[in-house]
Amino acid sequence: MAMTTDTATPLGPDDAPAIVAAQGAEVASQWKLMWWKFRRHKLAMASGVVVLVLYMIAIFAEVLAPADPNDFNPRFTYAPPQELRWSYVDDAGERQWGLHVNAYRTELDRETFRRTFVLDEEERIPVGFFVEGEPYLLLGLIPATVKLFGPEEVGAPFYIWGADRLGRDMFSRVIHGARVSLSIGLVGVFLSLFLGIVLGGISGYYGGWIDTAIQRLIEFIRSIPTIPLWMGLAAAIPLGFHPLMVYLIITAIVSLVGWTDLGREVRGRFLSIKDDDYVAAARLDGASEGRIILRHMAPSFLSHIIATVTLAIPSMILAETALSFLGIGLRPPVVSWGVLLQEAQNIRAVVTAPWLMVPGGAVVVAVLAFNFLGDGLRDAADPYSH
Amino acid sequence: MERGHVIPMNPVDPDAVLTVRNMKTEFALRTHTLKAVDDVSFTLKRGKTLCIVGESGSGKSVTARSILRIVPEPGKITGGDVILHREDGDVALHEMGDRSPEIRAIRGADIAMIFQEPMSSLSPVHTIGFQIEESLILHTNLDQKARRARVVELLRRVEIPDPERTADRYPFEYSGGMRQRAMIAMALACNPKVLIADEPTTALDVTTQAEILDLIQELQDEYGMAVMFITHDMGVVAEIADEVAVMYRGQHVESGTVEDIFANPREDYTKMLIGSAVRLEEPSPIKIAMQAKQAAQTGQEPILEVRGLVKQFAAKRTMLGKLVAEGVRAVNDVSFDLMPSETLGVVGESGSGKTTLGRCIMRMHEPTSGQILYRGRGTDTEITGLDKKGLRDLYADIRMIFQDPYASLNPRMTVEQLIGEPLRNRKLGTPAENRDRVADLLVRVGLKPEHMERYPHAFSGGQRQRIGIARALAPNPKLIIADEATSALDVSLRSQILDLLLEFQESFNLSFIFISHDISTVRYFCDRVAVMYRGEVVEIGNAREVCDNPTHAYTKALLSAVPRPDPTRRRIADRHRYVAKDADLLSNGASA
Repeated sequence: MAMTTDTATPLGPDDAPAIVAAQGAEVASQWKLMWWKFRRHKLAMASGVVVLVLYMIAIFAEVLAPADPNDFNPRFTYAPPQELRWSYVDDAGERQWGLHVNAYRTELDRETFRRTFVLDEEERIPVGFFVEGEPYLLLGLIPATVKLFGPEEVGAPFYIWGADRLGRDMFSRVIHGARVSLSIGLVGVFLSLFLGIVLGGISGYYGGWIDTAIQRLIEFIRSIPTIPLWMGLAAAIPLGFHPLMVYLIITAIVSLVGWTDLGREVRGRFLSIKDDDYVAAARLDGASEGRIILRHMAPSFLSHIIATVTLAIPSMILAETALSFLGIGLRPPVVSWGVLLQEAQNIRAVVTAPWLMVPGGAVVVAVLAFNFLGDGLRDAADPYSH
Repeated sequence: MERGHVIPMNPVDPDAVLTVRNMKTEFALRTHTLKAVDDVSFTLKRGKTLCIVGESGSGKSVTARSILRIVPEPGKITGGDVILHREDGDVALHEMGDRSPEIRAIRGADIAMIFQEPMSSLSPVHTIGFQIEESLILHTNLDQKARRARVVELLRRVEIPDPERTADRYPFEYSGGMRQRAMIAMALACNPKVLIADEPTTALDVTTQAEILDLIQELQDEYGMAVMFITHDMGVVAEIADEVAVMYRGQHVESGTVEDIFANPREDYTKMLIGSAVRLEEPSPIKIAMQAKQAAQTGQEPILEVRGLVKQFAAKRTMLGKLVAEGVRAVNDVSFDLMPSETLGVVGESGSGKTTLGRCIMRMHEPTSGQILYRGRGTDTEITGLDKKGLRDLYADIRMIFQDPYASLNPRMTVEQLIGEPLRNRKLGTPAENRDRVADLLVRVGLKPEHMERYPHAFSGGQRQRIGIARALAPNPKLIIADEATSALDVSLRSQILDLLLEFQESFNLSFIFISHDISTVRYFCDRVAVMYRGEVVEIGNAREVCDNPTHAYTKALLSAVPRPDPTRRRIADRHRYVAKDADLLSNGASA
């Protein structure tokens, strides 16, 4: 057996205690070391906060959205965004404080005979916090009517991000869209995660012909083109299903394809550590197979898996957006960012009402935040690397 | 060729080739600055060998790298002079930039370096010949034909057989020793004045090490270069050094001629280094006392009987039946007995099957045939016939200590969980009882009960190995298989760990199978020794007799290749050499 004496590498093993001895690191668990490392990654920390805020918005959408996303008002078709103002000059010429938006006035363009909205500087719609609104069920359980903010008079026009083709409030719709867009992908991710860990783990741990069989299966699955599969499935599902249900079914089926990446990752991890001395030591300590896998091996790659999952969520969000945009994912009346962007398919609509692109911005923010967060997690996942 | 800024300065010593004065290299770490090299000075002389010796973390490699300005990130050379004395004047290396053309002209041409791991220092995608040629392209004006001739000549010079053909082979087709020879050939390509060898033999077997040391010495005599040889092995120092510099924690502790250092070491650290090496030359005093007591007890039954053990690794084939790897008989018809409280050493070089033998006894590998009879429980247990549950019970009686104290402890478990794992799995006690037991074990291996909550990363290599020992002792075993348990440790720790094991052997009547490539630890620690060569036990007997009067030619060759920490009795040059014919294993090797 070759001797592997560690020679003077500057961060040699014998220096490690000295380095970590500060701040009680010797009793710090892996998770703590990871947290310390993650905390130093400022961008990832900020992204983590953004992700949290996005999910809070999704959970409390009814409270945050001033209007019901499906409330339409043909009078305000393509109404432009109103500006929230904090003060105004009253008739006496004095500056008064008071949150408000301006009401709309319609003008007729004499050349094109098109009606255009103009903000009426004279007429104010007062806006307040915790105002009464349409009744709703908070978290689906508690009946409530209070909104975080909105017009003090129920039903007054209030479109801070503008209105769409049917005069629906874009702001409320984007907030409600977050709920579907940020959650439905998770179903797919977790299904992929489950399949990936189980099949990848079996493949890596047992090896031999089982490994060969699973790897060939993965190669076969990966060769199936996904978009035609989606389109075919979307057509095959009975029309009577609720659109959300349809989408769930498709996501589930697509995650039957999507687990392959994670499966390979997990297999690689198992392969690299199953012959490690500490796993052999666990076996000689009389640990059962289950305990070896769950207690001894899994913790060493759990952190990597969390990072992988965080990086998989944005691709699910993007998939939802893309497929809904193409009309084969979610369909109205479901409100999601992808469905909202369908409105922006028409170039003339975009020219008339550029605010229809706002859901795209939400997608960008969410995807970036998840990617940065996942990046930071991946870096922190190995607390011993420099 | 740009040859650097020449400064007028007369070397103090006309033989001096390289002078290093007050060199400092620092690594800025998150919490503090590590002074890897702290004010080190020395001079390399023509035709002489300077050994830099020290334990891991002493800064010896960084010293070598600082000379050539190839310190890894985040290291910074913060001070000191490095002056190369050439016929055309003195060149100040410390004034050159890390990537300047001047220093690149020096690297490989005036100062060449060889590393510990020849496999990772050679490019796997280029032939050996091409890699040697590359330094000729960079530093000479030879044409292609002349270069090829020089490559072949160099390979012949480092005793690579059939150099015309082997020059076109890739590194993976070379054995470890041949790779290191190729590295040396590469280093010699431009007739360097200084050869820096950074632990060039540490990864090699002793017999190969002896050949490489021999070769370096011969080449030095022939070309008259100065050699700076970095090692942690006092035996190697005694064999090859003219002068010695001892380093400890980045500082230059002591230097002098090799005879002086070994005869009259002044500093405590040097004394300790030499002392630990010399101590391992004799059986441990504890062992001798134990053997005296043992002699009184006769008529005992062996605790372990191994009969005709064979492990054949199957040939690997692809799905189409193409042979990928040939089958190997890693353990071939091995038989031995092990008495209670006896230690059997198993020595051999890499690939001799000693690790496989240990793993077969534990059934970590399935033996192909043979019997392993364990008598530790009053009844005879046939290990080869045990099912999974039986094995799990057996694993409480027979334990294993691993070589690598870093890889064998799960970094994600606390010390308490690690040591308590065998107790927990066998439900040997309540959690509170097990906690007490772990605390007790920690005290016994020289750690503190407070250390229970800590994770392995808080411990040094030696401490980790103590944790590994505590884990092995936890379920009160009767037999411990120690697979190179001290090989990864510094020499000063090695004897400490061995003494600790001896203490436990005495108090718990433990038997050991001690697998090692290092003859001196075997002599220190074992009652009997089995010498393995290519899967077979070629010699087995009393440790003293085998070590002092070996009968088999292979054992003779192996023993004579071990460097001794005694510069007055150098012997590598006139060692025994053993050349086995594949078919005729027992043919007597010729002596040199």
